[in-house]
Amino acid sequence: MSAREAILAKVRGSLGASPDDAARAAAVAERLKKAPKGIIPGRGQLPRPARVALFCAMAEKLFATVERVKNASAVPKAVAAYLRGHNLPASLRLGADGRFSGMPWDRQKTLQLKHGPSDGDDDAGLSYATAAVAETGTLLMTSGKDNPTTINFLPEHHIVVVDAADIEGDLEAALGKIREGYGKGQMPRTVNLISGPSRSGDIEQKLVLGAHGPRALHIIVVGG
Amino acid sequence: MQITSPTFKQNAYEALRDEQLQKALGNVRSGFIDKRVKAMETLPEFDRLRDNARAIKDHTLQHLDLYLEAYEAKVRAAGGHVHWAETAEQARDIILDICRTAEARTVTKGKSMVTEEIGLNDFLERHDIRPVETDLGEYIIQLRGEHPSHIIAPAVHLNKEQVEADFRRVHRHLPVARDLSEPEALLGEARRVLRSEYFAADVGITGANFLVAETGTSMIVTNEGNGDLTQILPRVHVVVASIEKIVPTLEDAAQILRVLARSATGQDMSVYTTLSTGQRRPGDPDGPEEYHVVLLDNGRSAMLGTEFQDMLRCIRCGACMNHCPVYHAVGGHAYGWVYPGPMGAVLTPSLIGIDKSGHLPNASTFCGRCESVCPMRIPLPKMMRHWREREFERGLNPATQRYGLKLWAFFAKRPALYRLATYIAIPALALFGGSKRRFRALPLAGGWTRHRDFPAPEPRTFMQQMRDRGTFAAGGRS
Repeated sequence: MSAREAILAKVRGSLGASPDDAARAAAVAERLKKAPKGIIPGRGQLPRPARVALFCAMAEKLFATVERVKNASAVPKAVAAYLRGHNLPASLRLGADGRFSGMPWDRQKTLQLKHGPSDGDDDAGLSYATAAVAETGTLLMTSGKDNPTTINFLPEHHIVVVDAADIEGDLEAALGKIREGYGKGQMPRTVNLISGPSRSGDIEQKLVLGAHGPRALHIIVVGG
Repeated sequence: MQITSPTFKQNAYEALRDEQLQKALGNVRSGFIDKRVKAMETLPEFDRLRDNARAIKDHTLQHLDLYLEAYEAKVRAAGGHVHWAETAEQARDIILDICRTAEARTVTKGKSMVTEEIGLNDFLERHDIRPVETDLGEYIIQLRGEHPSHIIAPAVHLNKEQVEADFRRVHRHLPVARDLSEPEALLGEARRVLRSEYFAADVGITGANFLVAETGTSMIVTNEGNGDLTQILPRVHVVVASIEKIVPTLEDAAQILRVLARSATGQDMSVYTTLSTGQRRPGDPDGPEEYHVVLLDNGRSAMLGTEFQDMLRCIRCGACMNHCPVYHAVGGHAYGWVYPGPMGAVLTPSLIGIDKSGHLPNASTFCGRCESVCPMRIPLPKMMRHWREREFERGLNPATQRYGLKLWAFFAKRPALYRLATYIAIPALALFGGSKRRFRALPLAGGWTRHRDFPAPEPRTFMQQMRDRGTFAAGGRS
């Protein structure tokens, strides 16, 4: 007997379950298909403007910085100002997200754009979030050439753009956006839920920002 | 790792006299408890979420075989490999085989208790593969040749001065004059040292907080980002997870996530919650080219259907040990194996045998705090009692304890005799207790009086006092 068969047989034996029990199989199939929602906290269940405001407040509590811009064309200027404000080189790592290519980067004359995954030597990286969660101030990122996962972790400063329209009240709704995009039961290689910059409390329980991931997380919310 | 649970009493004795440890344990007592309360208070649905989290896991465990099969099919459909391991030995061999096929010399690791359980690091080293722990706490204890003393804060038994000494001892290539007096500097140094390791590693090994059957996804929850660098930079990502980590759907994972971080560190969400499904997709510019999951049983399937099944709901948040007066006093290493505190006192006997770990379920005051804070509502004290019963049935506890209990039971089953005995003994004890009403030494109670006085009882027995008050005649009310 293979280890697989042995483990499954032991599980069934302990549970007193038959492999041919149709009712058990039906219960499992139904749950997987319907994916029932559980208890959704009231905290994030707000109309759009209040939801966006809650997201910003929650993210700031996690030591992210947040700024809001009217529309996507204001993003390059905001990014350049962030880099200057933090005495960072005018250089930015980013992926191939089509929403970036439509932005007026040429107006930021000195800003150098480096496309592709991060090689670990980037001071600042830019990503576009797929969704966000107001309930906890969390960003939802999906992997791919548009927004390489390495940009979420290797640069010292991570700048994330999120559309206000993509800010959901709760985690389940944000995960639902993946289902919309990829189909039920399908996932991109990596989904990163990011709540603030990286940190560690491993030495004497003292919270220190900037562990192995970015030291700083800056969020630019587009629109209202 | 070597099991020292059989010498728990000696371990605890030494822990209580270890000044560095006692200082460090102060951080547990002061930190975790308040943070959890604050997180709970700002989420009115918290207790209902706990009930739902319990229901989700109970449902999953009742259908575990089917969810495992569904999960496996989904991983395979996404291009991943699933390996099944009945024992720690099988799991180690599978992992070694994957590492050898990848011609791995260096392996980075995200924090994982299950790889501690299977003793993976020592095993890889013996086979000339260098494992590098990347979680700050795990990195520190690896430098010291130690094991985690807490399931989410592995180096909680150390003070910063000890960490500084270790970094100076190991990071010889760095200037001697550097300032390492504060945690910020220590973290910064670990970050710089480990950066090159992530890129050098051929295989990255992580654990999993959840395995999602609906999508074939493994999930890790971290604060540092080390788990992510471990799994996206090397060519091969290996997930090691025990079979009870399964949840049916993303919705179910989302429910349990809401109680996990709040119970552990008092955060609403940990900084990074990462969902991984299969390997790098066509066109992806980064991520691993191979994705393996090692599903470990190692005794779990035998817990199903027994009085210990509820333990399989555990999500390893650490709340039970954060609130445990025994853990606060002796720390995690005294427990002598991988899992300390109340969850360890229940799980360790299941995994290594009650004959080796009988002291653990006895190292409890039954104060009940562990159960009251457990997000999965696991009845930990009840299960410790079950272990004590099994220990007694198998004659594993010391003779004095067994005969003492039998003697007490003889009287307890004979109320008239019991009353007579107490009628004689209690006033005598009260008399000999003297004006201070305490004993400095007492026959058969040396274990107690060596450390503290034994209080003398009231001169009259409980039954006598009740009778005097007319309580029995008044139907139980005085």
